[in-house]
Amino acid sequence: MIIRVFLLASIVLAVVWLLRTRPSGTRLAVMRVAGFLVAAGAAASVIAPGLVTDAAHLVGVREGPNLILYVLVVVFVFTTIVQSLRMRDLERRLAQVVRAQALAGAKPPAAVDTGR
Amino acid sequence: MNPSAALDRTLVVVPTYNEAAMVGSVVTGLREVFTHVVCVDDGSHDDSAADARAAGATVLRHPVNLGQGAALQTGFDYALRHTDASHVVTFDADGQYLVSDAVAMVELIEETGVDIVLGSRNLGRTEGQPFARRVLMAAALRFSRRMTGIELTDTHNGLRVLSRTAVAAMNLRQRGMAHASEIESRIASAALTWREHPVTMCYSDYSRGKGQSNLNALNILFDLASDRIGAPA
Repeated sequence: MIIRVFLLASIVLAVVWLLRTRPSGTRLAVMRVAGFLVAAGAAASVIAPGLVTDAAHLVGVREGPNLILYVLVVVFVFTTIVQSLRMRDLERRLAQVVRAQALAGAKPPAAVDTGR
Repeated sequence: MNPSAALDRTLVVVPTYNEAAMVGSVVTGLREVFTHVVCVDDGSHDDSAADARAAGATVLRHPVNLGQGAALQTGFDYALRHTDASHVVTFDADGQYLVSDAVAMVELIEETGVDIVLGSRNLGRTEGQPFARRVLMAAALRFSRRMTGIELTDTHNGLRVLSRTAVAAMNLRQRGMAHASEIESRIASAALTWREHPVTMCYSDYSRGKGQSNLNALNILFDLASDRIGAPA
């Protein structure tokens, strides 16, 4: 039961937080800490597989691998959103560059070149 | 109030993407009445840019394809920074619109002094519009009235005349086709005064083949939603 609350809450919080905040130093730091925590958890689960099962039982999941799957789902949703936001920002910058170049290289009508 | 003086002070922006078959004749038609036509070539792979230039248009070239919204905004930026045009006409390159409608709309904006005049196919005549498209446009219109609170009779019509004030208020962020909704929402948010004018649209075999698929409506909805939810950039 605890796991359901945890999973749903973390997905909703992740989505809202990502979409409502602007990329900043704080956000980057939070993301990096989260990344390290996931990495540490992964390492711990390799060294002592029993820990995962214990942790799973603690939050009400029957088996360790299920917990890993759940966590991976959350990480995946998070990553997908971050990447799409990043892509959107990049596209916006690309549009600015392209526009600047187009404006700098405006070509007058051909008739003006050859004529008068 | 001399109508030809108004036409001289007007810049026509024609966003173009792979329209070599049509853009030359479209620009030629526009140049018969308008002095300033600027063609924003959105990374075409064909001869659109050269054809437009030969027909008498100034050409701005996007080195890569960005989308019609981005092309329009490039035209708007050009109008504001490099010209002293009093009005800007947006005109599609596929030959769906009549130059005479654009002229009538420029005259209307001059007479009434509103900020923006929008073409409406529902006040005018539409030729050869497929049934599915008609149903879709009716749904899109209801959606757009709901979102903006502006009682338009048509939505996503590419023929418009904007005053310089309206052009400055645009600053479109939607690169793709959702820009038309964005323009409508700018009318609401910047409290621009507007009018509609009947236009005749000709859905030719060419424009039907080139135009958007009806499924693109889903993409437009998605773009609008993600822009609305997202943090202000």
